[in-house]
Amino acid sequence: MNSRQVINLEFQLKSGDFEFAGEASSQIKRIVQQIGVKPEIARRIAICAYEAEMNVIIHSQGGIIRVEILPEQTDLYVEDRGPGIDDVNLAMQEGYSTAPDHIRNMGFGAGMGLPNMARCSDEFTITSEVVVGTKIHMTIRHI
Amino acid sequence: MTIGEIINKLSLNEVATATGLDKNIKKGYVSDLLSNVMAFASADSIWITMQGHQNVVAVAVLAGLAAVIIAGGVKPEVETVDKAVSEGVILLTTNLSSFEVVGRLYELDVRGE
Repeated sequence: MNSRQVINLEFQLKSGDFEFAGEASSQIKRIVQQIGVKPEIARRIAICAYEAEMNVIIHSQGGIIRVEILPEQTDLYVEDRGPGIDDVNLAMQEGYSTAPDHIRNMGFGAGMGLPNMARCSDEFTITSEVVVGTKIHMTIRHI
Repeated sequence: MTIGEIINKLSLNEVATATGLDKNIKKGYVSDLLSNVMAFASADSIWITMQGHQNVVAVAVLAGLAAVIIAGGVKPEVETVDKAVSEGVILLTTNLSSFEVVGRLYELDVRGE
């Protein structure tokens, strides 16, 4: 990959759209694999993207994932349209979830999404405003 | 132990096949919580679950798993099978319980760690 090259991608996410859930993450993974990112790094990028994608689909009224792939790192910017997280520290605790039963029965809502993102990224920031929405920025370095 | 050999030994049903039946399987993971699988299942491992919906395929692809066994007689949704075929994910089913599948895989030297 040329050092000046940057790949920008953008995916719209619809609330409750389980049919296409994982599509954005799959495309992101394919692209980083194609440009030669190491498999274990590509996997971490995929996990971050997938957990973010599922959170938006399950919990929010819809949102967007923007991806910026640089030679040395991948940045994921996730933004949804609410309802926001009341207590971010609580939401970051493994096992805490507000997902309803029918979502849990599908194997989601284990309260591991945000902790997984934090674990698999090199930099993780989350800001949330009740009603307005949640913003997450993750950086995963390629080396 | 290859996936093909595992299919024969456990009499699994191949509901979606792909290339890679000759892939050697050394590790396995069992869980019905998708985030847990994403976080802890090793790449190239075989995953045992009772979830039959299409996000199973997304998890298998993203976590780089070798194959999925849907246990306990759960029938995967049509969309799950279609997606597995298009994504090249090996999807297997069995009436055996998850416990029984894992026990038999362990006897075939497939390990959790």
